[in-house]
Amino acid sequence: MQIKDIQKEKRLSGKMKLALLIFIFLATAPLYMSSFRVTMLGKYMCFALIALGIDMIWGYTGILSLGHGVYFGLGAYCMAMHLKLEASDGALPDFMAWSAVEKLPAFWAPFQSSAFTLFSIVLIPVIFAAVIGSLTFLNRIKGVFFCILSQALAFALATFMIGRQEYFGGSNGLTNFTTLFGHAVNDPVTKTVLFYLTLISLIAAFALCMKIVNSRAGRVLVATRDAENRLRFTGYSPAVYKVFVYCLSAALAGIAGALYVPQVGIISPTDINIAPSTEMVIWVAVGGKSTLVGAILGALVVNFAKSLVSEQFPAVWQFFIGALFIAVILFFPAGLISIKDLPAKIRSFIKKRADTGEAEDKKQAGTNAKAKSDNGLFSNKKPVTVTSVKVSKGDGQ
Amino acid sequence: MGVATPVLEIKNASITFGNFRAVKNVSTTVYENEVRFLIGPNGAGKTTLLDAICGKNKLSDGNIIYHNEGEEYDLQKIKENKIVNIGVGRKFQAPSVFTGLTIFENMELAVVRERDVFSSLRSRLKKREIEDIKHQLQFVGLYEMKDEYPTVLSHGQKQWLEIAMLCVSKPKLMLLDEPVAGMGRRETQRTAELLRIIQNNCTIIVVEHDMQFVKEVATLVTVLHDGELLCEGTMDEVSSNQQVIDVYLGRGGE
Repeated sequence: MQIKDIQKEKRLSGKMKLALLIFIFLATAPLYMSSFRVTMLGKYMCFALIALGIDMIWGYTGILSLGHGVYFGLGAYCMAMHLKLEASDGALPDFMAWSAVEKLPAFWAPFQSSAFTLFSIVLIPVIFAAVIGSLTFLNRIKGVFFCILSQALAFALATFMIGRQEYFGGSNGLTNFTTLFGHAVNDPVTKTVLFYLTLISLIAAFALCMKIVNSRAGRVLVATRDAENRLRFTGYSPAVYKVFVYCLSAALAGIAGALYVPQVGIISPTDINIAPSTEMVIWVAVGGKSTLVGAILGALVVNFAKSLVSEQFPAVWQFFIGALFIAVILFFPAGLISIKDLPAKIRSFIKKRADTGEAEDKKQAGTNAKAKSDNGLFSNKKPVTVTSVKVSKGDGQ
Repeated sequence: MGVATPVLEIKNASITFGNFRAVKNVSTTVYENEVRFLIGPNGAGKTTLLDAICGKNKLSDGNIIYHNEGEEYDLQKIKENKIVNIGVGRKFQAPSVFTGLTIFENMELAVVRERDVFSSLRSRLKKREIEDIKHQLQFVGLYEMKDEYPTVLSHGQKQWLEIAMLCVSKPKLMLLDEPVAGMGRRETQRTAELLRIIQNNCTIIVVEHDMQFVKEVATLVTVLHDGELLCEGTMDEVSSNQQVIDVYLGRGGE
């Protein structure tokens, strides 16, 4: 018992150490990396923010959503609309003029306000997720059906954005921004501030998710994943918890989108479609799900690898990335985060090889162990008496 | 037992799936502190009836009234998780526990009263709740393993954990579906002991095929056959009923 406690403690602090290491690396990156790389890193941190949300909903709650591009997109477009209005400085945004729109559409007007924009990057994804989540989870749509539905959602939003050239810039998306709340987006100071703002958001999101996971609500989420029916008949409403975690992940994706836009300078329907939405899940799978820090690690490593390899081998880089995924799934099904178990794995493999010669001995040991555990089952020899029991309805009476 | 107070009244309950009538016009009343067994051949509608009580499926006719602390509840109109919160606990046939949580954490989810998202985010276990969990786990002999994951448990131990989870939420009515299926004789006896103790504070309805077990624990037995109520009485009465012998017991309690 004691040993188990200590092990668990150790495992947790191991994760925290890794998280700390990653955050220190990110915080000090601008000191020794080129500004080109730092901007990239800022983008990856946005992805890590999305990955955290995906880990909450997929890793902990067991709901596979392949459409989180929607929430990333909603946050990103809200921010982009504000930036676009700032850039046009009172005039009509350029793409609207090209589409012969004469007056600013009514739904664009509120985005002139910075305050409204800041609220909307969280609220719009959350409201949208609450509606979709309620419709699906309360009607007990789950598993592969939800998965397909979420993909369709991403496809629908992307198609909508492409089709509405006059309102959302079509397949070009929204770009050509100049200032963010009055500061030039290309200014190194703005860039640095944005970088650290993203880092702070990431750390805050990590802390929040950590807190939720370690609360009873986190255990309810895991219970939803493991045995939803049992949970329902333990008196919980799994659907409400699912809507909650879906909204949480939507909020994180929305914030990520809003931080992404000023750093990358463009958002287009390609960034929110099915392919990028699926990739978000891959980051979590590669890093290691149900660990939170694994999600961050995965988002950073996969995207870094993607950039480095595509720079070196522009023609065949996708094969390398494919190989990376296959290798991780084959050798580290629990994700990159389980690499630290590698030495132990190798040791036990070698031991197994060595032990096959002593198979007979082992068999013997096996029977002994079994006999022991049988004893354990009935070890409570003393008769259970009424007085020793507290099943009482207690205060209910 | 004193004056018998009804806990559950099933009135003319019928359950239909398409054209198939799984339960036909069944009426019975279960009283406080009773251990009521539902027996009968496969397909008799026993589990279907349990499902109707806990809200998993709906009656096509009749109603089910549940009494708790002077209140009457029409269980047809209440959602499954709300039914649990007014004191009706349900255990399904296959052991089902949360494998991603430790045994203690499994119990924790069952012991708390406030089960909405915001309470779950905020609240911590009260001292009394921790004590309850401890007592309950000691009761089923799993306290020593409280920090293990349920994957290490045997089939029987998982059933006990699930029963312990039910007990710790202090239900007034407990519905158990074949709690001893797949258990050895000693485990079955142990489970019988458990039920006799739980009975002191709770009414229990059990679906079971193990006649030895029924004999040991039952207060009253209700025999179902083809969705209809065949007879009801003590185990002795029921087992001497010629009809029951013909359709069920005579065939070796299949």
